[in-house]
Amino acid sequence: MSNEDNKKVILKVYRTNYNKDDSPHYDKFEVPVKRWTTVLDALLHVKSYSDSSVGIRYSCRMASCGSCGMKINGRPSLACYTKISELKDDVVVCEPLPNFPRIRDLVSDFSQFFSHHKNMKPFIQNDKVSLDIDDKHDLVEFEQTHEDVDRYLQFSYCIRCGLCYSACPTVATDPKFPGPQALSQAYRYEADSRDDSKKTRFNIIDERHGIWRCHFAGSCSVVCPKGVDPALGIQLLKGHMLGLSKNNKKLSNLRTKNKE
Amino acid sequence: MGTVSNNKENNNINSGREGVRGWLNPTRYGWERVSYWLQRLTGLFLLVYFVGHVYETSSITNGIDAWNSMLELTQTIGGHIFLILVIGTSTFHTVNGIRLIFTESGKGLGKPGRPDYPYNPSSLNYIQKSGIWVALLLACIAMLYGGMVLFGEGG
Amino acid sequence: MALLRLRESQITKIHYLTGILSLFAVAIHIIFRLIMPFGQSLSYENVVANYHNIFYVILLESILVLISIHGFNGLRIILIELRQLHRWESTITILVLISMVGVIAYGTRTIVIASGL
Ligand code: SF4
Ligand code: FES
Repeated sequence: MSNEDNKKVILKVYRTNYNKDDSPHYDKFEVPVKRWTTVLDALLHVKSYSDSSVGIRYSCRMASCGSCGMKINGRPSLACYTKISELKDDVVVCEPLPNFPRIRDLVSDFSQFFSHHKNMKPFIQNDKVSLDIDDKHDLVEFEQTHEDVDRYLQFSYCIRCGLCYSACPTVATDPKFPGPQALSQAYRYEADSRDDSKKTRFNIIDERHGIWRCHFAGSCSVVCPKGVDPALGIQLLKGHMLGLSKNNKKLSNLRTKNKE
Repeated sequence: MGTVSNNKENNNINSGREGVRGWLNPTRYGWERVSYWLQRLTGLFLLVYFVGHVYETSSITNGIDAWNSMLELTQTIGGHIFLILVIGTSTFHTVNGIRLIFTESGKGLGKPGRPDYPYNPSSLNYIQKSGIWVALLLACIAMLYGGMVLFGEGG
Repeated sequence: MALLRLRESQITKIHYLTGILSLFAVAIHIIFRLIMPFGQSLSYENVVANYHNIFYVILLESILVLISIHGFNGLRIILIELRQLHRWESTITILVLISMVGVIAYGTRTIVIASGL
């Protein structure tokens, strides 16, 4: 027990500041770790006791907000979701996420990643319902069974952490490719029985740099921390688009409610 | 969002893209990545072979001597090794390609469900992995057989 | 030009289809080489005789077309994933189409001449 209490690891942190012409280098810090210490805990320890200028981004500390993604010992991971004891290494290397523009230290720029996500029109579109509603009485509900929900629920667990985007070999060279996150969101709405905008979304992704640039290297699903399995969603979507599998979706009915 | 772009030399590093090294390195993320890598490389190799094959066989139009001297070129040890590679790569590319046609149409990947810790993705299942292994195995067997036929006759 | 305007999903279908069909075609092509001792099957007389067999000629021609389409489209996919400048992409598309047609034409020339030998 006492042995475990005194354990220390070396944290190697990638440092750079493009505003200050600071060329990239690594800083080493010694950090005490317990069995439950996460990489984020260790980085916060560094910020408190060694070097407060280390740039990181985080918020929830519980794998929910998706802001602490970084490359840890060579693999894209959430810092708050990666326990140092599980890495089984005395040196922990933290680098910014690959395939994202770098801002400072471990912080990378998500604007292109988010714009790919937005391009998919990630919201429910249904001819029966207008998208701009001002009066709350005009809000409507759809009827969905549990089975209806199960078809897309997994994909809606995405926290947009970008790990899949940084693991994808196509994204590594093709910035126009929407990436696993955006494409699996396209499937999420395609599978949702409340959404009837199949045509629009198909047109968006049936592009030269669209969904067909995915070749099932599966790396996105390896790194996803939420079990979204983006590779699954993308292949199912391809099947629908090729007409080789059917999306047996029955559009939901609007639940009629009595206006007071 | 104001991305920092005031530094010209660092623009490349700044973009953070892994670049070609991203897909040239198959050692990370498991078998599916290996399959992706091999499918590309074997494809490129086979395309080169195909073009070369169309060219070499055109020597038939120049009469028997041209044809025989072309044949002689292929009957060397180097030629045999090259042909064995063609046999292996084409077997892998074919078998894995058939798997991928199914996979990329959404077959054999499992169904979406309710993910639970430790979140094992259903698409990276053993149907897929064994497909890759079978492709590799068949490629080896085909190369062995090809080697026996080619070197068996010559020797 | 209509070829250039194919949707990417249609190109994918063509890619799969040409892949599957060439599997069968190449299999027959190889069997032709294996039904007799390997050295003998490649003798000049035997190969010329093959070229006089109309079914074999059709087979060769279809292999030529199928693999050219499949192979060069594969090359295009790899190349457009590497760089995305507009100029590069159009150049790649055109070069790939030219090579496709070029290889088919060159192979067809062999087949036509050889079947007349
Ligand atoms: S799919 Fe997974 S890895 Fe990708 S952004 Fe969403 S939660 Fe992160
Ligand atoms: S801090 Fe929110 S996901 Fe890690």
